[in-house]
Amino acid sequence: MLRIRLVEEAIADAYPRQEMRCPVHLSIGQEAVAAGTAAALARADLAMSGHRSHAHYLAKGGDLRAMIAELMGRQDGCCRGRGGSMHLIDRSVGFMGAVPIVGSTIPIAVGLAFAEKLRGQTRVTAAFLGEAATEEGVFHESANFASLHRLPVLFVCENNLYSVYSPMAVRQPAHREVFEVASAHGIPACQVDGNDPEAVFNQVVAARRHVRSGQGPFFLELKTYRWREHCGPGFDNHIGYRKEAEFLDWKKRDPLENYSRKLISAGLLTEEGVHELSEKISAEIAEAMAFGRKSPFPRGLADFVYSIQP
Amino acid sequence: MSELSYAEAIRDGFREAMRQDQSVLLIGLGIPDPKGFFGTTSGLREEFGGDRVMDMPCSENGMTGVVLGASLNGIRPVLNHQRLDFALLAMDQMCTQAANWSYMFGGQVHAPVVFRMILGRGWGQGPQHSQALHSWFAHVPGLKVVLPSCPQDAKGLMISAIEDPNPIVYIDHRWLHHVRGPVPSGHYRTEIGPLRVALLGKDVTIVAISYMVLEALEAAERLAAQGIEAEVLDLRCLRPLDREGLLRSVRKTGRLVAVDQAWACAGMSAEILACVVEDPQTCLKNPPRRVTLPDCPTPTSPALAAEFYPRADHIVEAVLEMFGRSREPGELALQPGIEYDKPNPAFTGPF
Repeated sequence: MLRIRLVEEAIADAYPRQEMRCPVHLSIGQEAVAAGTAAALARADLAMSGHRSHAHYLAKGGDLRAMIAELMGRQDGCCRGRGGSMHLIDRSVGFMGAVPIVGSTIPIAVGLAFAEKLRGQTRVTAAFLGEAATEEGVFHESANFASLHRLPVLFVCENNLYSVYSPMAVRQPAHREVFEVASAHGIPACQVDGNDPEAVFNQVVAARRHVRSGQGPFFLELKTYRWREHCGPGFDNHIGYRKEAEFLDWKKRDPLENYSRKLISAGLLTEEGVHELSEKISAEIAEAMAFGRKSPFPRGLADFVYSIQP
Repeated sequence: MSELSYAEAIRDGFREAMRQDQSVLLIGLGIPDPKGFFGTTSGLREEFGGDRVMDMPCSENGMTGVVLGASLNGIRPVLNHQRLDFALLAMDQMCTQAANWSYMFGGQVHAPVVFRMILGRGWGQGPQHSQALHSWFAHVPGLKVVLPSCPQDAKGLMISAIEDPNPIVYIDHRWLHHVRGPVPSGHYRTEIGPLRVALLGKDVTIVAISYMVLEALEAAERLAAQGIEAEVLDLRCLRPLDREGLLRSVRKTGRLVAVDQAWACAGMSAEILACVVEDPQTCLKNPPRRVTLPDCPTPTSPALAAEFYPRADHIVEAVLEMFGRSREPGELALQPGIEYDKPNPAFTGPF
């Protein structure tokens, strides 16, 4: 969580330098979802995500230098500069791709799981989605098919309460919880505090066990809150779509701060330990930024439009 | 070499590709139906089993994503739609996702998936079962688009499409399913790209797509009777487009008619004309012509459909005008006793 937080803050700080000329959707405040989930997955397990995917990519083990270089549009980026922040991939750790069309990777992730089943493989596929993606028809089509064929998919629904500036109240009925929609597709589902990394971890462990046992998909709704603006490095509570008081409320539930405090009071971590870890991560980030800046800009505008290998 | 229908040739293409590669999967709503998806999948479930010849939920967009995902993970799926119109529900997954995955991830992923759809015409299929929107797919880099017009290509292009590492849109025409022709036996590929010269000629190039190749060949026969030798090109691949093959022919004939059972505006016929008129080494003796659909949605009534669809008569007229020969009175009038909204006299519907 600390690493995700520091990377995202470093991106926010560097963003005004105009080196990262692509939309960025930061996960600050939502780190427990990515960290708790990925910690419960096996390295070989697969994952896909949407537009706000830095945290998922990093938690799954995605290469930081390749991500920073990608944000900078460089040749050594994880997509060789063709993708940017909204298209992260690191196949070596099972992070199979992220795309920004809301809901679009849900069926593709289900397809990965479908292939796993057809080929007799046992890896679990985690489909990260936002709560607004459950408003897309394609979510229901995917959930129906995954349930029908009992596919090894874990739907990880990160509910941060807003789709850009539109709150839940204008998008979904108040008397229905998001996870209940999955239940209607015959998929076991539950709601978890998405700001509590241990709760997330424990529930994902249980859900993954269910999925691995051949009983079909599982749906987790993880409630959390985005601190920064929908897209970009700043804060936007002043523009009027949500109240500062709401933000401050959620800030009190800072997953990083609270969990650090918990570990410290349990004697598992010290203030100095946190400080040391921060220093180490900051050095890694500085090195990744330097790596990105040193990497050449890509050439070959029309390369990779078509695959040539069979 | 044996004589097969176009529908049987598609089925043979599936069979050869499935025998060659265990990872090939046929999926679609109604794929194992008792009529064998218009005869194009008959017997395949028996040979390859229900895990490789699968029915699916009525979820075009979701299932397109599912087969794309499966293609990224070791499966070679062919997703079948009974009509092109149904596939439009999946434009995001085909055009924004499948077409982009290789490029946007810097060539690290391959999506060997086939989106097969059937183009309708006539017999009351109307505004939502016969839209000819193949140009939409041809517009998108990252996709390849094929429309075979003869049984040999129907099989060879299907095998090539399945074995290609890229997402392919394969469009067969409902009016071609019964057409018979020679088909090589066994496994063979028809290269995706080159057009097919369906008839050699020196006076005018008629470029046609899918079913309209048959109308163009009939027109060529009638033109020959009037001393005009038409060259008929079967544009069986819209992307990649065989620009050289097209220019080679037009440089020889100096005249161009593009024939497409589709709307003219921003369609493939416009691309064909643009390809020729942009080329500095190609001089046309006459302004190029297009034979396309009227600029209105597809009607259902046989009376309106008869007026709607272009046929050999329209191609003949376009060519004769180029040669300064005036139209015979009543040349395009509908003939009594001919039913224009069905593929052959034996057909009694429905599709």
